[in-house]
Amino acid sequence: MTDEPLLRVSALSKFYGSRVGCDNVSFDLWPGEVLAVVGESGSGKTTLLNCLSTRLLPSSGTASYRMRDGQFRELYRMSEAERRFLMRTDWGFVHQNPADGLRMTVSAGANVGERLMAVGDRHYGKIRATAVDWLSRVEIEEDRIDDEPRAFSGGMRQRLQIARNLVTGPRLVFMDEPTGGLDVSVQARLLDLLRGLVTDLGLAAIVVTHDLAVARLLSQRMMVMKDGRVVESGLTDRVLDDPRAPYTQLLVSSILQV
Amino acid sequence: MTDIATYNFAYLDEQTKRMIRRAILKGIAIPGYQVPFASREMPMPYGWGTGGVQVTASIIGPDDVLKVIDQGADDTTNAVSIRAFFKKVANVAVTTDTATATIIQTRHRIPEHPLTAGQVLVFQVPIPEPLRFLEPRETETRKMHALEEYGLMHVKLYEDIAKHGRIATTYAYPVKVEGRYVMDPSPTPKFDNPKMHRSPALQLFGAGREKRIYAVPPFTDVVSLDFEDHPFEVQTFDQPCALCAAENVYLDEVILDDHGGHMFVCSDTDHCEKRRADGHRGHLAPDTHPASENMEPAQ
Repeated sequence: MTDEPLLRVSALSKFYGSRVGCDNVSFDLWPGEVLAVVGESGSGKTTLLNCLSTRLLPSSGTASYRMRDGQFRELYRMSEAERRFLMRTDWGFVHQNPADGLRMTVSAGANVGERLMAVGDRHYGKIRATAVDWLSRVEIEEDRIDDEPRAFSGGMRQRLQIARNLVTGPRLVFMDEPTGGLDVSVQARLLDLLRGLVTDLGLAAIVVTHDLAVARLLSQRMMVMKDGRVVESGLTDRVLDDPRAPYTQLLVSSILQV
Repeated sequence: MTDIATYNFAYLDEQTKRMIRRAILKGIAIPGYQVPFASREMPMPYGWGTGGVQVTASIIGPDDVLKVIDQGADDTTNAVSIRAFFKKVANVAVTTDTATATIIQTRHRIPEHPLTAGQVLVFQVPIPEPLRFLEPRETETRKMHALEEYGLMHVKLYEDIAKHGRIATTYAYPVKVEGRYVMDPSPTPKFDNPKMHRSPALQLFGAGREKRIYAVPPFTDVVSLDFEDHPFEVQTFDQPCALCAAENVYLDEVILDDHGGHMFVCSDTDHCEKRRADGHRGHLAPDTHPASENMEPAQ
């Protein structure tokens, strides 16, 4: 492991007019590390994620990313072409609603293969073999490869979306409520799968969730947000077992015990 | 009212022609790039060649010789009407002969007779954006062209192979122009794609409803997209033209009766007539001189 972070975020703020999206957020993300961002709706966690993934431009602050050549690049100073290239090669973005991240009218195989074709792969047989391999890794049967995602269940769509993002071997994946809207048994399998993939591939990930159980299972480190500010951050187990900020204590004690 | 003086030369006013010529020049300067232009209302419905007619009207001069084809034929409604239109509003000479024409306006074919330097081929284009059916947002497709993000075009070809075992796209087959822009060659059969590559003729494309003009200058590389293991190939026909016995040309199927009778004939009528005049005979050709055959266009 290298001793340099993958992503350095410093004093990132995003204002919508006079309203605060997120305010003065700073952190470093290390290779292979999963960071959970938790908080209630409207706490700014999705705004933060969108700024980091350059889907939104922040009002102020900087974020620099260590490229594959080891050089840090300031994300908001890159050209749009470079950002989009990064987005489809070295990064992944898993949307809460799979329909936002998938092409619903092309087959599962083409969904997985699109990134490969986007980076210049022009061999049908190889693209298809890679697609078959990735579908099996996310537990989708091979004979579904030519079906459109419209014919898939919610859980399958989400797994397909994950495969589509991971096919180019990204180093950083952004996830926005990856298990939102799935029932608990499907959630459990998806989390299991994600945890396996993240460990096997050494991915760094930033996972936005309001579900503390998801954060506990997936992440090593955690940031708690409230009203656009980070109120507490630390190792996930420490934050959840020994919450210090009053808001975190409230959040942890709000979990339903069954 | 049949007076030519009723109209400005070639129907369009001079300011409009100037605007369209600027779009054409820009298109030629950036091969394959879709140039927006202020498309005018024409005395014909969208989809009948309003884009092609505006391009032709802007480049035609009194000395030009115009040929108009519709699916290869000189004698169908669209071709006859547009030819009559320019005869009336520009008083230009018209012809069906590919070799003597200086401007050829075409709907969905490139003539079989090789084009030469100095000729201009004007295509009528319904949907100029090759990525449109994959990405409905114009803002996004323009960005994709700007950033040369063409992976999506191959997704379409991938889908073809996955569904049909081969690239099943037979017309409007996407091409890459001069190694840069991906372009829709208009719904010509992919049979004609190789003719666009390094053609000595200037090729102009006009889409009236979509308000876009694009161009392929002479001797420009036009390469059909494909996969390494599924290379581009053109349609082949297992029989020659039934009238003129031509091989390696694009054939149309013509239904002869309601008992399943049919024949394959050249889609390029000019090419077929010339061959028959030269004495070539297909297996269904009458032995009489072709001029007396009632399948011939009444000119």
